[in-house]
Amino acid sequence: MSAEPHYTLYHPRWYRRRVSVWWWLQNRAYAGFVVRELTSVFVAYFAVLYLWQLRALAQGPEAYAQFLARLRTPLFVALDTVAFLFVLFHAITWFNLAPKAMVLRLAGTRVPDRVVVGLNYALWLALSAAAAWVLLRG
Amino acid sequence: MGRIAPLLWLLFTVGGTVAALLLPVHLFLTGLAFPLGLVEPPRYEFLQRLVTHPVTRLYLFVLISLPLFHWAHRFRYTLYDGLQLKHLTELIAVLCYGAALLGTAMAAYLLWTIG
Repeated sequence: MSAEPHYTLYHPRWYRRRVSVWWWLQNRAYAGFVVRELTSVFVAYFAVLYLWQLRALAQGPEAYAQFLARLRTPLFVALDTVAFLFVLFHAITWFNLAPKAMVLRLAGTRVPDRVVVGLNYALWLALSAAAAWVLLRG
Repeated sequence: MGRIAPLLWLLFTVGGTVAALLLPVHLFLTGLAFPLGLVEPPRYEFLQRLVTHPVTRLYLFVLISLPLFHWAHRFRYTLYDGLQLKHLTELIAVLCYGAALLGTAMAAYLLWTIG
């Protein structure tokens, strides 16, 4: 045996019970957790969608018209419906967790969770309305 | 990876907040309301002018880049835990953050050169 033990990040010699890849389907809380984790895929989809839109805008009016036409196809309407629901789920779970992730104190007392969550939703409504107002002027 | 872990968690949190506050309205308008004809989509000339404004360029850069880093961080752990790919740790991290960096570079290039 060597004098210095060799540490590894993982311990392959430990006994581990095999867990199915579908472990999260056994219970509602686990399923909710995995669905929440999967919202990130649709967050990335949004970034790709907006990069695509920017490229169409850079290329000119025909490319932009083509982009709009593509989004009207049933495939994209279905995809965007699913993506919207996942992004909405992300927003709601994110706001509801906010008071647990960061404890806010005012004059030594903890701001109640309801107030922190309420402020998050108020900010969400205000920013959504502002973004819609800017986009819909055109 | 250990030294930049706090930065990655910060990007995850800030990106998640940006995504929660702003993605629903943008996705609803661009992906559903405009294509379904619920409201008239903005005209090309209007969007072109809007996008070339410095404030809009900065806004769109934040709107695209930060949520991508949020995705990279969360999806990385989804793959580890969900699919139990613990032996591919480094490859997954490089692919996820690499994709986020690539998307950020594309956003920067498009927003810099547009108009």
